[in-house]
Amino acid sequence: MIKNRETDRGGVMNLQVEQVDKDLVHNFKIIGEIDIYTAPKLKEHLARLEQAEGMEVELDLSEVNYMDSTGLGVFVGFYKEITAHNGKLVIKGLNQRLYRLFEITGLSDIMQIEQVEGGEHDASI
Amino acid sequence: MMQAFDYIEVKVPAKPQYVGVARLAISGLASRIGFTYDEIEDLKIAASEAVTNAVQHAYNDENTGEVILGCALYEDRLEIVVTDHGRSFNFEETKKKVGPYQEWNEDSPLREGGLGLYLMETLMDEVKIDHGEGVIVFMTKYLGRERGEGHVKPTVFS
Repeated sequence: MIKNRETDRGGVMNLQVEQVDKDLVHNFKIIGEIDIYTAPKLKEHLARLEQAEGMEVELDLSEVNYMDSTGLGVFVGFYKEITAHNGKLVIKGLNQRLYRLFEITGLSDIMQIEQVEGGEHDASI
Repeated sequence: MMQAFDYIEVKVPAKPQYVGVARLAISGLASRIGFTYDEIEDLKIAASEAVTNAVQHAYNDENTGEVILGCALYEDRLEIVVTDHGRSFNFEETKKKVGPYQEWNEDSPLREGGLGLYLMETLMDEVKIDHGEGVIVFMTKYLGRERGEGHVKPTVFS
């Protein structure tokens, strides 16, 4: 499990990526906010995964509390890379807010995404 | 007659780490007027997209300028202007200058780019963009309005 808090002059980066592989499925848990500041870090983490033919990857977004187009862009790029290697990507743990982002952009028709069970409606502010 | 509004301006360096700060400001102002949780989340994304664009623009120009987030709080709506001019502007004058948003024409959602503009357009009630010297984004969200109401524009992907 990799767990680190990135810091730089701008202060603490509010994003963590933990890799918990189960059997042959690579499983990433992403925690925090995904925006223009943290997206490069996320991309870098995912790029570290060596692409193998037919590999399966799961991304757990259940603890992502903010995401915008920069995050979608990272996932789209990752999806393209995995499918180019005949692999499979599942993005899971989406709350209603995140699910909607994939939906309104049309990405939910293309990528395999899973909403959180019961779909806890709104988190507290 | 011009409606009364409170105007708040937030100026941040055009750097990625300050987009979150602009987002927090929007969140606070939106809750001040009484937007719902979902509407506030929409506003946070739309404002972040605009500021992100400005930051990227500044980066491409290799000059690290400033991004101004101007917010006009009305009784029934929140108007947001985002500009990377780096200097203050007259809110009313700027508002008059911006034209209609140029339609994002997307064949496949897997093509990258343009997603940010598309999200702004979808999450706000009105978006206008002016590419003059620097980029100005002007957007409005009304209180208690169903998403898409007043919009006859079909969804790009439907």
